[in-house]
Amino acid sequence: MIQVVGLTKDYGARRAIENLTFEARQGEVLGFLGPNGAGKTTTMRILTGYMPPTAGTARVAGYDVVSESLEVRRRVGYLPETVPLYPDMTVFDYLEFMADLRHLPNADDRVAEVLDVVGMAERADSYIGNLSKGMRQRVGLAQALLHKPEVLILDEPTIGLDPAQVVEVRNLIREIGRDRTVLLSTHILSEAQQLCDRVLIINKGHIVAEDTPENLQARLFGAERVVVRVRGDAEGLEERIAAVDGVQDVERKADGGVEFRFAPGQDVRPQVARAVVQAGYDLLEMRPVGVSLEEIFLQLTRDNVGADASNE
Amino acid sequence: MRNIWIIARREYKLYFISPIAYVIAFLMLLIIGILFALALVYYSNNAFMMPMGAPDVTIVTQPFVFLMVLSLPALTMRLLADEQRMGTMELLLTAPVRDWELVAGKWLGAFLFMLTLIGVTLIFPIMLNGVVDPGIDQGLMVAAYVGVILVSAAFLALGVAVSALFSNNLAAFFATLVVFVVFWWMFDLAAGILPAGGEILRYLSMQSHFYGSMNRGIINLSDVVYFLSLIALGLFTGSVAVETRRWR
Ligand SMILES: Nc1ncnc2c1ncn2[C@@H]1O[C@H](COP(=O)(O)OP(=O)(O)OP(=O)(O)O)[C@@H](O)[C@H]1O
Ligand SMILES: [Mg+2]
Repeated sequence: MIQVVGLTKDYGARRAIENLTFEARQGEVLGFLGPNGAGKTTTMRILTGYMPPTAGTARVAGYDVVSESLEVRRRVGYLPETVPLYPDMTVFDYLEFMADLRHLPNADDRVAEVLDVVGMAERADSYIGNLSKGMRQRVGLAQALLHKPEVLILDEPTIGLDPAQVVEVRNLIREIGRDRTVLLSTHILSEAQQLCDRVLIINKGHIVAEDTPENLQARLFGAERVVVRVRGDAEGLEERIAAVDGVQDVERKADGGVEFRFAPGQDVRPQVARAVVQAGYDLLEMRPVGVSLEEIFLQLTRDNVGADASNE
Repeated sequence: MRNIWIIARREYKLYFISPIAYVIAFLMLLIIGILFALALVYYSNNAFMMPMGAPDVTIVTQPFVFLMVLSLPALTMRLLADEQRMGTMELLLTAPVRDWELVAGKWLGAFLFMLTLIGVTLIFPIMLNGVVDPGIDQGLMVAAYVGVILVSAAFLALGVAVSALFSNNLAAFFATLVVFVVFWWMFDLAAGILPAGGEILRYLSMQSHFYGSMNRGIINLSDVVYFLSLIALGLFTGSVAVETRRWR
């Protein structure tokens, strides 16, 4: 559905993305994960026909984004990072205008349909300028869904929303992503893990890793991480845990917890638990630790995993 | 074609909820109305004393085009600059619409608004027709109004082109004003000062194509071609400007 080969974009002298190559298969939800300035928006703008690349090619829904730009634009639904809305139009008029531009038959019915999908039916006659940020985001999403596009490109769809709205929009995306190809960008790792079948990690214009969220975590760390907490003074706890066979990288955290890792398939948690209890500590908690995006980047740059991860 | 119409229709409606458009339309009608009334009073006071002709439609069209030079930049400034500022350009440039359709649609929306305003000013010649005896020169009136329509269409096309270059309404306004002043007066002025090239400069001047012929009741093909070329120039430049935005 999306095929990108050697994509490069320069803004004047600044190179925003360099030699990106990736693919999104039909029906897949592909996550674009990266920090500020990584080149996520730049890539999406090229894929939606907003601007041409400096080098490389991209095909979306079977059409070239430069030479067959109109065909691509007919088949793509796009939610830009800054949701493009006209504040002095009502929600309904705005969506009707977009539906007209896409030559949809029965535009009014279709507008009513997407308003239902994004849960904005009661606000159809409100002026967009009077809507909350989350509602605007949903109107933007409605706009992207109008023409039942084969490919949806969503640039940071949950940014700036309150937690309840984030959950709603994520559910909406999961719903939509069931029968459509979706490319979404985010800099929240857990969001990528929740929503995506596959994640591309992009940093400074390069793809540094590409895999399913689960594999990515396992491969990057080659291990599972666990934190242990005990009641009261944890003096000497590190040594006790480190003494267990198969335990790696024991480390005391600032909050008093002790973290360790073990290789996948060699679950040493029972042994650790026994060792801790036998040593006389009151074991309060033992749980796996999620990995933050920052840690992934640290890891990627430290071990240079990126080089082999992106060369497949 | 359909896309042009869809964009034009939205733009046209937008003028009717825009305070700036109302203010401009109101001021134009007010000033033209005052000048019109003064001309009528002057004529009725002096008609028996001197053998001068009755006032004709040019007492409306002459101030009208003059006011257009100064006020149309305010109607065209936001056409594309505002889309850029609000980020909605990204929406339009990723919709299945060609760049020239976008520019032409914006122009058409503004032109339809001006046509509406021009239509309203027809009350002045109609009133004049009732006052003077034996009525006004119909040929002159048609020619002068064709001239007004062409002048406004050309200005709006140039204005859309300038608006495509900016993402700030005020900057677009002043740049457009400069372009209008140059096309309306400066070429003539330069033709008078410069030793050579007077012919070409005078041909480029907009006002000579209006005052020299249509405002005197003469419709020359060459004048019509001149204004149509200006419209084409404006729309073409605007389309190129939108397209180069993509390449930046
Ligand atoms: N219009 C532009 N002109 C010049 N440089 C630009 C332009 N847009 C983006 N850049 C630069 O290109 C690089 C990539 O930017 P991009 O917006 O694609 O990043 P991003 O991954 O979307 O970041 P964010 O998470 O902040 O949205 C940045 O260094 C940015 O400064
Ligand atoms: Mg971005």
